[in-house]
Amino acid sequence: MTKILFSLSLFREYIANYIKTKLTYRADFWVEVASDLLFSAMNLIFIFVVFQHTPSLGDWSEAEVVFVYGYFMIPYGLFSTFSNLWNFSERYIVKGEMDRILTRPAGSLTQVMLENVDPPSLIGSLVGLGIMATAWWRLGLSFDWYDPFVLIVLALGSTLVYLGIYTAIAALSFYSDAPTGITPLIYNIQNYGRYPIQIYNKTIRFLLTWLLPFAFVGVYPASFFLEEHRDPLMAWLTPAVGLVVGAIGLGVWTHGVKRYRGAGS
Amino acid sequence: MVSAYFDFVRIRFLTMLAYRVNYYSGIVIYAINIGAYYFMWRAIYGDAETLGGFTAAQMTTYIAVSWMARAFYFNNLDREISNEIRDGSVAVQMMRPISYLLVKMMQGFGEGIFRMLMLMVPGMIVAVLLFPVSLPTDPMRWVVFFVMLWFSFLINSQLNLLTGLFAFFVENNEGLMRMKRVLIDLLSGVLLPITFFPGWAKTLLEWLPFQAITYLPSSVFTGRLNGEEVWNALYVQIAWFLVLIVPILLMWRSARKRLFVQGG
Repeated sequence: MTKILFSLSLFREYIANYIKTKLTYRADFWVEVASDLLFSAMNLIFIFVVFQHTPSLGDWSEAEVVFVYGYFMIPYGLFSTFSNLWNFSERYIVKGEMDRILTRPAGSLTQVMLENVDPPSLIGSLVGLGIMATAWWRLGLSFDWYDPFVLIVLALGSTLVYLGIYTAIAALSFYSDAPTGITPLIYNIQNYGRYPIQIYNKTIRFLLTWLLPFAFVGVYPASFFLEEHRDPLMAWLTPAVGLVVGAIGLGVWTHGVKRYRGAGS
Repeated sequence: MVSAYFDFVRIRFLTMLAYRVNYYSGIVIYAINIGAYYFMWRAIYGDAETLGGFTAAQMTTYIAVSWMARAFYFNNLDREISNEIRDGSVAVQMMRPISYLLVKMMQGFGEGIFRMLMLMVPGMIVAVLLFPVSLPTDPMRWVVFFVMLWFSFLINSQLNLLTGLFAFFVENNEGLMRMKRVLIDLLSGVLLPITFFPGWAKTLLEWLPFQAITYLPSSVFTGRLNGEEVWNALYVQIAWFLVLIVPILLMWRSARKRLFVQGG
């Protein structure tokens, strides 16, 4: 317990530091936020333009597809805020920074996450929430008192799915010298999870549900709120899958850190 | 002198070849992207025969060839230039008796040849095997397509030069480079053909250089454009190539005057 409190206090310090550095380069900060949002804007423009030519994607309407996308943005923003591990191999293993990490009092994964905390990504989550709310209203969905709580649980589950998968991939660099190409590969597969999984063939559906469960960061949890496509079983599997994948990620990381022999410099 | 420039193509090609293992996964990535959009477009078409002037079969070919064209013309010249500007090494390069911008283009071309041989051709073979892609039978269409692909490379690299040179004028052009990448994917027609955009946006896009990068060559390849239209498409590309030289040279001239290497 004290360890968690200690990590949280460190976290506050790092955020404060982050804000101080960013306030020096305010223009950069906003350009960064804008370029993050532009990627989502591109996907939404794609959806809007496509639905000018067709009434439905499979049996999903425009508002439903947008709803799923809005949901996806929430866990994705949370994930990007806390886990910015894209260049982990180059920045920490190749440059020998990992040796420094291991001398710090916080856990190694916590320390790496702290150093790369990226609060502007949270703006993406807020925008996603807004998009979801708009789609909710357009679809005329009913609103129950428990919906916000369900949303929090599902979004945390989805975030854990992302955290687990990318932690495991980052930890691969403890085992192999140059696991290049795997991160962009996974990053591209993740794009499938944002759209109704029913449009894909069996192989891709299986892959996205059980092997790289990106469908739990989009269509499955979001379908809980969509009356037409409600699938409570798959939706409630989200936190479970999140815990399993998160545990796997942590396991691969801890095992990898034990194997780590230093950069030799 | 010409041979010096040719050496830059050769050296970059050989450098890339030395790191070819890093690019094998690229073939899979492009196959994944083609697959994602193939299924997406199948669902979008549903029972519809044609959308935006493309039949469902043409659309499959369009997606495959667009992503493969991107595999060829894509490069990080913008990032290379802005890194060299920020670390100051551009100053050394400027002292050499060769044109910095031409050297960059040549290096990009060396990378392009590598990408064509190691990414585009194998990727296209994979795509043809996995998805119902129909290749053109007319040899003339292939010739025109490859000429157009060359201009795709030129125009995309010119836009990269422009984005990279911005590092002379702003402290950090990271966000700008990321925005440019997203914009080119959306507006050049990789994600969806320009004809799908609503009227006003379509008109606007036809007056921008982006469509010349992907939409025009891919439309020729799929047989969406025929006869006279093919040549018009090529002329549009040539026109943009010539027009874009102007802002690049203007920017380069004013950049040389204000170059200030931090701590250099």
